[in-house]
Amino acid sequence: MIKLYDYPASGNCYKIRLFLNILGVAYETVPVDFYPGLEHRNADFKAINPLGQLPVLDDDGFVIRDAQAILAYLASKYDAAGTWFDRDDPVALGKTMMWLAFADQITATSSAARLHDVLGFDLDVDAARKGAHAAFRILDDHLIEQEFVGEYWLAGDRASIADIACFPYVALAPDGGINLGNYHGIRRWLARIKRMPDFVEMPGIFLEFDEPMAAE
Amino acid sequence: MAKTTDAFALNEWLVIGRLEDATHDKPRVTRLLGQDIRAERTADGAIGVWETDLAGNKGRALPVQERYGHIFVTLGDTPRDLLEMPEFEEEGRRLVTIGYVRVKTSPLRVVENFLDLGHFPYVHTNYLGAEPQTEVANYKAEIREDVDEVWATDCSFFQQKAAKSATDGQQSEYEYRVTSPFITVLYKTCPIKPGAWDLVGLFVQPLDEDLCEAHSFVLPFDEENTDVELRHFQQTIFLQDRPILENQLPALLPLTPGTEMPARADATSMTYRRWLKKKNITFGVQKDAASTNSRAA
Repeated sequence: MIKLYDYPASGNCYKIRLFLNILGVAYETVPVDFYPGLEHRNADFKAINPLGQLPVLDDDGFVIRDAQAILAYLASKYDAAGTWFDRDDPVALGKTMMWLAFADQITATSSAARLHDVLGFDLDVDAARKGAHAAFRILDDHLIEQEFVGEYWLAGDRASIADIACFPYVALAPDGGINLGNYHGIRRWLARIKRMPDFVEMPGIFLEFDEPMAAE
Repeated sequence: MAKTTDAFALNEWLVIGRLEDATHDKPRVTRLLGQDIRAERTADGAIGVWETDLAGNKGRALPVQERYGHIFVTLGDTPRDLLEMPEFEEEGRRLVTIGYVRVKTSPLRVVENFLDLGHFPYVHTNYLGAEPQTEVANYKAEIREDVDEVWATDCSFFQQKAAKSATDGQQSEYEYRVTSPFITVLYKTCPIKPGAWDLVGLFVQPLDEDLCEAHSFVLPFDEENTDVELRHFQQTIFLQDRPILENQLPALLPLTPGTEMPARADATSMTYRRWLKKKNITFGVQKDAASTNSRAA
């Protein structure tokens, strides 16, 4: 069975749990004591991932790190219909890869602000929040442009692994003191993702009662 | 803010971290009641804690206790005793420290939230409760004058996953004990040992009036879960609470009667607030108009 080296409060681990649930693929987790144990920095874990980062996926002996790489791998192997990662159309592939890379930009800023605000990590939180807002403006503009052409997802007219990759640390931004109130395109996109069948929550990302539930 | 002048808060023993959080090469640099402090393990192996100035220079050394897996200090000269938990001596129990979650609200709000059974099915869905089993049965909340503590007893609630070792739902029995405005312990039916209670403790470190770090531990009889699994369960619960707490307004706890509408399930909270009022605690408490004016003057 698939093994996911996991930390429940990590948005990057969560995106893998979310996608596995959407695909209906069974897996087991190996809980890693990211905080306060800092187990990801010890020698045993670095033998699994020399970068000392979560998540890591072990699929029957094939070990792969990096959340975005794991999403691409899982889609290629387990999404029989091929809707989550279109590798045949060069334009669709290019767009998906572009937004997959953008997810790292969000992690570097929004996730850093959250680590500061929640776990007291010593870092420049003002710079992190500023960076997150810069990324969110780009994301918000893109999502609103998508709505104008009748496409409601990052890389086209259907949800892809790019949406899964960018979703967690946008949704968790308020944990880092980043207000999403003015990003209307982002807020509608978050609500669309939360309404997907087989959506699962994580602490800090939950279905809100006052969110619009009507279809687009 | 500067160090508080609240005499009651100053004379409490307050948590500032786990024992592992202050080492020779990595001190714990933090704040307590508005005062910057620094904790480090000294050459003789004990943990030392000092007040520090803006430049980080050490000033006055503070009294320290290393207990219950955590570091406690006091800023006052006549501290009330730190709570006693004899369960720490019982054989077969396991101490697992959880670490902390920082929350931008009054430390008193975090303690009050911990005492609230009513939010389980809504905030901790499928962990500590779920709709439609949302009823909070009648229970008893009181101030025990002899020990100067708040207790809530005969609390009972249906839970899906009351503890990490629970596989099915169960009717959980609870008792809450508040020994300090910043410290509370939950005694909860042990799913695997009839008649025994598991302990979940909350030590809130007040950094400023509206900023705190919630440290916690569990002390269960549990042979099947790893420390890491127990940690993750508790961290999940605290991270579910955090956004709710940060959205409660005002951040400072109102103690004026009638400010917030009590429901029957809030009996423990009301008793806790009454107890705080009797102690004349002002740290983390919403200021009334008169004292707000005097503060501005």
